Amino acid sequence: MVCASLSFIILLAIIIFILREGLPAFSKIGIFQLLFGTEWSPTNNQYGLLPMIVGSLVVTCGSLLLAVPMGIACAILLAEVAPVRVRQMLRPAVELLVGIPSVVFGLVGMLVIVPTIRQIGGTGYSVLAACVVLMAMILPTIISISDDSIRAVPRKYKEGSLAMGATHWQTIWHVLIPAARSGIGAAVVLGIGRAIGETMAMIMVIGNAVIFPDSLLSPARTLTGNIAVEIQYASGTHASALFATAVVLLAFIIILNTITMNIFKRGISGTGNR
Amino acid sequence: MAQVTARSKQKIATAVIWASGVVTALILLTIVLYILAKGLPYVNWQFLTTAPEGGLSGEGGISSAIIATVYLIAFTIALLIIPGIGTAIYLTEYAPDNWFTSAIRYAINTLAGVPSIVFGLFGFALFVTALHFNFSILSGALTLVCLLLPTLISTTEESIRAVPQYQREAGFSLGATKWQTISHVILPAALPGIITGIILCIGRAIGETACLYVTMGGGSAVPTSLLSGGRTLALHVYYLATDTRASEKAMATAAILVILIIIINTLTNWLSQRFHTRMVGRT
Amino acid sequence: MTFNKNIKLFSSIAACLMVIMLILTGCSGNATTPTNPTTIAPTTSATIPTTSAFSGTITESGSTTVQPLAEKLAGAFMTANPKVKVTIQGGGTGVGIKAANDGTVDIGAASRELTKDDPVLNKILLARDGIAIIVNPANPVTGLTKTQVRDIFAGNITNWKEVGGLDKEIHVAAREEGSGTRTAFQDLVMGKDANGNAINISKKAILQSSSGAIMQVIKGDPQAISFDSFGYVDTSVKALSIDNIAASADNAKNGTYPVVRPLYFLTKNQPAGLVKAFTDYCQSASAQQIITQEGYISVQ
Repeated sequence: MVCASLSFIILLAIIIFILREGLPAFSKIGIFQLLFGTEWSPTNNQYGLLPMIVGSLVVTCGSLLLAVPMGIACAILLAEVAPVRVRQMLRPAVELLVGIPSVVFGLVGMLVIVPTIRQIGGTGYSVLAACVVLMAMILPTIISISDDSIRAVPRKYKEGSLAMGATHWQTIWHVLIPAARSGIGAAVVLGIGRAIGETMAMIMVIGNAVIFPDSLLSPARTLTGNIAVEIQYASGTHASALFATAVVLLAFIIILNTITMNIFKRGISGTGNR
Repeated sequence: MAQVTARSKQKIATAVIWASGVVTALILLTIVLYILAKGLPYVNWQFLTTAPEGGLSGEGGISSAIIATVYLIAFTIALLIIPGIGTAIYLTEYAPDNWFTSAIRYAINTLAGVPSIVFGLFGFALFVTALHFNFSILSGALTLVCLLLPTLISTTEESIRAVPQYQREAGFSLGATKWQTISHVILPAALPGIITGIILCIGRAIGETACLYVTMGGGSAVPTSLLSGGRTLALHVYYLATDTRASEKAMATAAILVILIIIINTLTNWLSQRFHTRMVGRT
Repeated sequence: MTFNKNIKLFSSIAACLMVIMLILTGCSGNATTPTNPTTIAPTTSATIPTTSAFSGTITESGSTTVQPLAEKLAGAFMTANPKVKVTIQGGGTGVGIKAANDGTVDIGAASRELTKDDPVLNKILLARDGIAIIVNPANPVTGLTKTQVRDIFAGNITNWKEVGGLDKEIHVAAREEGSGTRTAFQDLVMGKDANGNAINISKKAILQSSSGAIMQVIKGDPQAISFDSFGYVDTSVKALSIDNIAASADNAKNGTYPVVRPLYFLTKNQPAGLVKAFTDYCQSASAQQIITQEGYISVQ
């Protein structure tokens, strides 16, 4: 009971401490100014988080656009299409990549992807580089969970569909994927969580400029990057504003988590009704 | 006719799926092979056993980073095991279906999604600043405990749930108390699963950077106590890549990280196969 | 009313938390005792005969510009005094000032002049550091005027051909706000406009959080320009002359090179005992020689 309370206490403590440190910023700067202000310049006492919120959202959406279709396609390949031997080779590889430290992805991004993008234009430190690095990071997660959930669909669904004369592809597309949708949804949400929360790899490739990115080649800054880049120098209102950044991140995650739980519940009851 | 379109559709779809599979596999494998190919040539005994010299040229090896990583992980796991396994036992064996249990579950699920840097800020505010542990291995370890708790709880829960009901009943029928059954029957049976969970946690701890970046200080000296600062291997990669000119040493350290992860994955796969349970690792 | 209730709830939770933390620290305290070296005890060094007169620990943290230099100096000091342990950490100038002021560390490090917003601390001038304007070696430009540098970083000049280079876009890279290097650059180069408002570095500049990361950018990008401490500049980048004065240690020392800042060790009070021994050592001729070797400017 005491042990069990610990995680609850930790969550509360995190919320309390982050809020306690962040609230002075909210009261001094004002919630509206903080969330929707477009200027972030601590030396001039300007603390607007909107560029970072936009930066985080753009990078997250961009990486999902790249990773979700490929991830689901790969999951279908692993679960349904590929022969057993290919599966036996690929699945551990995917699992290995789930565990690769994010700083390693950042390093490859910095030394390989950034110079490549520089050939297209700009400095290379860009939203595009961040999206590509994030895609590589969340792809394994999406593949392995989607694969699990497709394979968890009861065999009788597939057999029923095939028995009715549907092709293998029709079965996959119209039966298996819809049946696995809650698992795939969870995979995507986990991917979103990981993308929003990623820090070090982002600092290394995104250029960290506090502007609204006007193209894929423009630099940007994420909420997480904002904290990591500046926390070591910050004091007073500035430090408080960084904790306020964490409050925004926490809010994102709590909303996301609540949505996921609902997806799961609906998914389970949905399957039950069938 | 319809049959024909369905068939050709299937052909196209299969082709697309294979193509994306091949592309993905290529991307991902290229990353790993690139790191290993670029990094491994610089790895040798001397690199592993000398301390980084500091300064801008990034001279020296990684011994202090290895030592700091070992210290950090040993201490983290030591602190983590009791609350992690305790919570899992409580949730599987004791927890009544009430608001308290669901609050705990909600907390665990939410904690699992909180970004590493937010844990870092929390550790910075509580351990580094408020409790005056300063930038130290202790602060880093306590922060990591918070971060890893949900992972260990959920993997342990899974492995305890996987213990067949009849084993439990056998324990009770011999007149054992509930706690005796748990400690003598269920925990030994679930042990391989629990160990897998712990190894998973070690894997995550090895790769973690953001939360340690703001709690461990990142000094390159060999740590002498829990209160001295330090940098883990993953942090060392970051510092090498951004603070020095030695990108080849960053690659070498990254290669070592990749090898560690490969070892850990092989170990967990082997263990979970022995356990005959499907372990779904938290990602 | 509910607010009061909340406070009660929060405080009781906080109390629980503190108990847990106390337990945790209790454990860890025990665990550290055997390995943790005792802190400074000047009396013991008098009774136990040793080769050197000092034993104990010194902690330093602060500016990342000072960090590599401090590591070298600490190494030399520890070689001469084997019973002394000097711990060097980074964190940034802000951390150094804060930590020195609240006594978290014995010595804080700052890479800029202290301002009226900073607490009053005892300053020990360790060295001076020039800030070089750096570009990729492939860039044909070899020098700029101070005004051109200002216009480039402010975003008014955006193409290299406007300053005698190729017809290529200028990629400006800078350190993040709060960095000592950036603050010094801001003061020494950007300055203020006619109305007394600070001229800011363009928001489009990409920002990197360390001197090393800035070097990576310049090394890889022929169109980039940035600023970095003399200590970091090596042959992989090219330091531009400013107003026809080359970025060299000699020019910085004789005062002709315009962008030079002080590097300080900060202590809460007048240093005494072991800390004084270390700071005295850092100002000695042999330490200043190390400073020169590392590319910084000796204060002697």
